[in-house]
Amino acid sequence: MTADPIGVPLMRVTTERDRCVGSGQCAMLSPEVFDQDDEGLVTVLQEEPADELREGVLQAADLCPSRSIRVHG
Amino acid sequence: MKERVVVVGASAGGLTVAEALRRAGYEGAITLVGDEAEPPYDRPPLSKHLLSGQWEPDRLALRSEADLAASEVELRLGVPASGLDLGARTLTLADGARLTYDSLVVATGVRARRLPGTDGVDGVHTLRTLHDALALRDRLRPGRRLVVVGAGFLGTEVAAVARALGVEVTLVESAAVPLAAAVGEAAGLFLTGLHREHGVEVRTGATVAGIMSAEGRVTGVRLTDAAGASVVPADDVLVAIGCTPNTEWLADSGLSVQDGLECDEYCVAAPGVYGVGDVARWYNPLFGTAMRVEHRTNATEQAMAVARRVARPEERQPFAPVPYFWSDQYDGRFQAHGHLRGHDEALVLDSDLAQRRLLVVYRTGDRITGVLGAGVPPKALRTWRGFVATRTPWQEALARPRAAAVPTG
Repeated sequence: MTADPIGVPLMRVTTERDRCVGSGQCAMLSPEVFDQDDEGLVTVLQEEPADELREGVLQAADLCPSRSIRVHG
Repeated sequence: MKERVVVVGASAGGLTVAEALRRAGYEGAITLVGDEAEPPYDRPPLSKHLLSGQWEPDRLALRSEADLAASEVELRLGVPASGLDLGARTLTLADGARLTYDSLVVATGVRARRLPGTDGVDGVHTLRTLHDALALRDRLRPGRRLVVVGAGFLGTEVAAVARALGVEVTLVESAAVPLAAAVGEAAGLFLTGLHREHGVEVRTGATVAGIMSAEGRVTGVRLTDAAGASVVPADDVLVAIGCTPNTEWLADSGLSVQDGLECDEYCVAAPGVYGVGDVARWYNPLFGTAMRVEHRTNATEQAMAVARRVARPEERQPFAPVPYFWSDQYDGRFQAHGHLRGHDEALVLDSDLAQRRLLVVYRTGDRITGVLGAGVPPKALRTWRGFVATRTPWQEALARPRAAAVPTG
């Protein structure tokens, strides 16, 4: 895991696209980090988003109806 | 004594309440009570990937055993709640145990309705639990005959999975158009057409007069429709005629449980008692109406709202979500945002069965209150959802530049 300049470990976001149902909840809750491709499936814009985005990322993971998002760290 | 939250119902809603409480810094005790013996699992795949055989049950687990152990939540699985004494803040479990609470979260969900007179007949299924889904999956073999009673989203999903597995499927619906009450006639006809194209025999306007059986095993379904009485032979029958909220244990509690546990806009049923998920009928101020939503996303979203409320009672925020659901049908996926039921108008913006494309928007009063789409670009759906979330007047939503909101080509 990488760290930001002052040594705080960053969170890391991974997704399971074979679970994704394309609800778009993540892209609405955390548009800086998630988007949908043309088929609606999740794409990750930033794999290691800054900490100020944490709340939205966690919400996106929690509210993903297909549980396709994992947040590490 | 340490403060205690008791959560009744250990599926998606109940589990999320427990975890969200911890994340919000709640330091009291948490007890999670569930009537199923299995650790918490996810239900939407039951009629989709699990039924089709693409997934095994291990992919449905909502948490690993290690996660559950680390969450410092006391689990009481395999035992239903049986009674509640509001005054004493005490609930009773079926095994006789009594639990006192400071806050109680009711997340007991719903159970599948059954056809009268079918209990104990082999081959008559309902689909709500993992056990149900595995039992039905075992029976879906090429050439077998399945009758699905009830062409709602569950019944139609199962019909689609069964057809893909080579099963002969008859879909029986008492309404003239399946799902018309929920999503409007045009969307219902679209779905009907989709199933007929895939070789499903769709019998609309038909009611079940009885189940036929021999030696305790189902052999057919007797139907009545405009043409008279008939029999559809069956190796198996799935009864998918909706659900009943699990509120019997609250019958003598003094809480209102007409169709689900009645809650206010904060999901509060009584001081210290909250409702979450399929079982909760709450007042959604965004739509100005009480609703009970049997969708996966709502269970989590409502659970998070209630957990925030319990952990930080001073932050009063009404629960005003835009409900969302999806349904997989063959190679297509239907998605809906909003409160579609009870709409005054369903306006078809695009419908092309051959291309598997559908876009319908819904009006209630003078507002846009919902959108349903299949094969529609995701950003278009999100645009329409935005109109719903911001209470956009109907005419104004329709007048917005269509380039953003309607698929092209």
